Amino acid sequence: MIEVPEAPAPAPTPAPAAAQGSRGWLRSNPLLAFGGAISALIVIIAVFAPLIAPDPGDAGSATHPFDVLKPPSAHHWFGTDQVGRDILSRVIYGARISPLVALFVLLIACAIGIPLGIAAGYFGGWLDDVIMRVTDIVLAFPALLLALALAALLPPSMTSLTIAISATWWPWYVRLIRGQAASVAGRPYIESCRALGISRRRIIFRHILPNAITPLIVQVSLDVGGVILTASALSFLGLGAQDPTPDWGLMVSEGQTYFTTDWWVVTFPGLAILITAFAFNLLGDGLRDLLDPRRVILR
Amino acid sequence: MRLEITGLNVRFGARSVVNVDHLGVDDAEIVGLAGESGSGKSMTTLAVLGLANTVGATVAGSIKLDGRELVGLPEKVLIGLRGSRIAAIFQSPSMAFNPVFRVGDVALRALRRHGLTGSEATGRVDQAMRGVLLSPDLLRRYPSQLSGGQLQRVAIALAVALRAEVLLADEPTSALDVTVQAEVLELLRELRSRDGMSVLFISHDLAVIAELCDRVAVMQAGSIVEQGPTDQIMSGPQHPYTADLLRSVPAIERRG
Amino acid sequence: MAALAALLEIAGLEVRFGPVRAVDGVSLDVAPGPFGLGLVGESGSGKSTIGRAVLRLVPAAAGQIRFDGADVAGLRGRELRDYRRAVQIVFQDPDNTLDPRMRVGPAIAEALAAHGIVPRREAGPRLRDLLEEVGLDPDFASRYPHQLSGGQRQRVAIARALSVQPRLLVLDEPTSALDVRAQARILELIGRLRGERSLAYLLITHNLAVVSELCEQIAVLYLGRVAESGPTAELLAAPAHPYTRALRSAVPEIAASARSTRIVLHGEPPDATNPPSGCVFHPRCPLAIERCVVESPSLRAIAPGRLVACHRAEEVLAGVALSGAEQSDTVQPGAPQPAPPPKG
Repeated sequence: MIEVPEAPAPAPTPAPAAAQGSRGWLRSNPLLAFGGAISALIVIIAVFAPLIAPDPGDAGSATHPFDVLKPPSAHHWFGTDQVGRDILSRVIYGARISPLVALFVLLIACAIGIPLGIAAGYFGGWLDDVIMRVTDIVLAFPALLLALALAALLPPSMTSLTIAISATWWPWYVRLIRGQAASVAGRPYIESCRALGISRRRIIFRHILPNAITPLIVQVSLDVGGVILTASALSFLGLGAQDPTPDWGLMVSEGQTYFTTDWWVVTFPGLAILITAFAFNLLGDGLRDLLDPRRVILR
Repeated sequence: MRLEITGLNVRFGARSVVNVDHLGVDDAEIVGLAGESGSGKSMTTLAVLGLANTVGATVAGSIKLDGRELVGLPEKVLIGLRGSRIAAIFQSPSMAFNPVFRVGDVALRALRRHGLTGSEATGRVDQAMRGVLLSPDLLRRYPSQLSGGQLQRVAIALAVALRAEVLLADEPTSALDVTVQAEVLELLRELRSRDGMSVLFISHDLAVIAELCDRVAVMQAGSIVEQGPTDQIMSGPQHPYTADLLRSVPAIERRG
Repeated sequence: MAALAALLEIAGLEVRFGPVRAVDGVSLDVAPGPFGLGLVGESGSGKSTIGRAVLRLVPAAAGQIRFDGADVAGLRGRELRDYRRAVQIVFQDPDNTLDPRMRVGPAIAEALAAHGIVPRREAGPRLRDLLEEVGLDPDFASRYPHQLSGGQRQRVAIARALSVQPRLLVLDEPTSALDVRAQARILELIGRLRGERSLAYLLITHNLAVVSELCEQIAVLYLGRVAESGPTAELLAAPAHPYTRALRSAVPEIAASARSTRIVLHGEPPDATNPPSGCVFHPRCPLAIERCVVESPSLRAIAPGRLVACHRAEEVLAGVALSGAEQSDTVQPGAPQPAPPPKG
């Protein structure tokens, strides 16, 4: 005999009912929508840069001695820089550089951080000790100095930059994932899995991993801006992007001297960094909420 | 009636979670509010304390303490009343105390805030601790160094030290071992008999309510479906929900 | 004495967490189903740890657990897999008992697939049957745990445990976190399953009333040791251990006629990191005498089928008064005020 189901779980706080249909989705996930839109826009700009930029050549080594430091105008929306290059074009092409570096750095950091973190958190014991001690050692170095040292050893380029920054980024993710994995591993449903004889591999991939990874998604999106800034610091020191690469961070560094007189040289690349970091941040927040199964609507 | 609730309505936007026509607690009386989760009993507690708005609810209706209307009072006045006239203890005693302060410091600070001098406060708290069968030495401990039962008793001692007239107890023993629960219940009975305290005891455990409370109100989906003297309700429930609840309570079977 | 060989035999089990002896020499038997053994105790009694040890979720420091005669600790490979089918567990906390990211259907299908009973793809009909058996609409298979109430989640947990067709079910406080009506329904379900599946279960709880409804045998635990054990009805009607008497009297009853004189135990639940000397119950025992402070009582038979660990068990059984007045011929508790007690 089937019993009539009890009343559904009472909501702890009256969350707004997640509406059905695409428009309702948009309304209930404004962060994700907005962040996603801007992030997608940045990607599109990066991909179609040659078609969008008014002066593609300026993204390269072109110089225009007669157009130096012109303020924003109808001809040059973002003005020109210290060698006369169109800043708008450079900013557009810059979308190909900094975010890409951030992407690779974070991918590498995750690729190293997640497996190590889960191994340490789930298995514990000596494996945990070994992994965490190695992590601690790397963390003991000030990140920027470590990246600096590594970048100095390698020939200056965006690739070296990526490698150097990745090397300093992964330990944070190991820590983060390890904590989550350890916490999840202790929960009753994992014990149930073990009691049911479910294979360790399945427990790790199907239960520990999905539940441990959520904070990482938000962290990664927050780190986009951080990586871009770190990259620009290193580029400033001559260890990463080299002129004429239209890297936003490099542009900010190069434009510093002109800030008080010709504000646009620094401002527009700076805004680009700000907006990119903000957009990915919103995207991350939205993704985290979306991935939280508590928000899933029934049918 | 010392505490009188009339026509109380608590809402979250359009959704009404509490709709109580009448509920009262007299001097030296323990009234039980029985209900399952989602029945609105905890929101009722918050409403009496004037804290319902902190979780985003709106309160309408009347809550009178010794004839004085509480609904709509400015926060400043309510702060003066909380703790000293109306005290509350909750289910999780460890969450009621800030873990970085010694429990004694919390108690003394609360007393001084209500106008007592340092030595007066210490005297009252010590006396109250003895009244709940705890050594005043325990006041020097941090919450993590005390057991659940001890913390609950310290919380009660604080209410006693503040000479609270009304004690709202929201599932105060649900998280405690049954033997410790028995002690806390005994303590509440003493507060009623010895100090004339009014206690509103909220619980989903009907057996505890049956043993402790003089009167009981059964709550379902925000409303009181049945109310009356405990013996009467327990032996002859009128409302089907009450009957269902009573039927569901497991009992130790008696043989021979 | 049971004529049948015990399904589960626990002998001298000890489980340690660092310096703490969570389980300190416990011996129990569970007969083949239908049968229920209740493990009753408060916080620190070790009852949950025993359940976990049976499932091999925590290692035993000493003693043996035998299932169908075979030592559980020594099982490997195929035999271990079979054991994991034969013995299952349902936990207390309905909020964390299911993976929040997995729907009900796949969660149960996972168990079926893990033992090769039914491949995941073909689990449909079996899922329906299981959900119906625990009183849930088959539609629930597509729901996430947070869309179910606590009682419903517990049913899913039970369905999942039953999917592998266990012979012994360990129920660790299955209803403690539920509302009273949900609790009643789960208890009813357990009672029904017991009959339908000839199930044997180890019911771990602090609630004597629950045990009295579902278990033939009961063992009362205190600080990792058995205080007394025996047939439920007999034991509850006439306890032989002061702790059982106090526990019994502390249980609130709806019917006024059922209430006995409250025996209030003073002092706090014991601290496992600093256990009292002699009989671990003596600091709170209204009947403690000098012998109790120095000598730990061993579990002995006081009547057919009834074991008790108390120096004064005969008196308790005979009904000696436990109220405060009796303390004139008892000693002040010998243990110092225990160091800050552990959490629950």
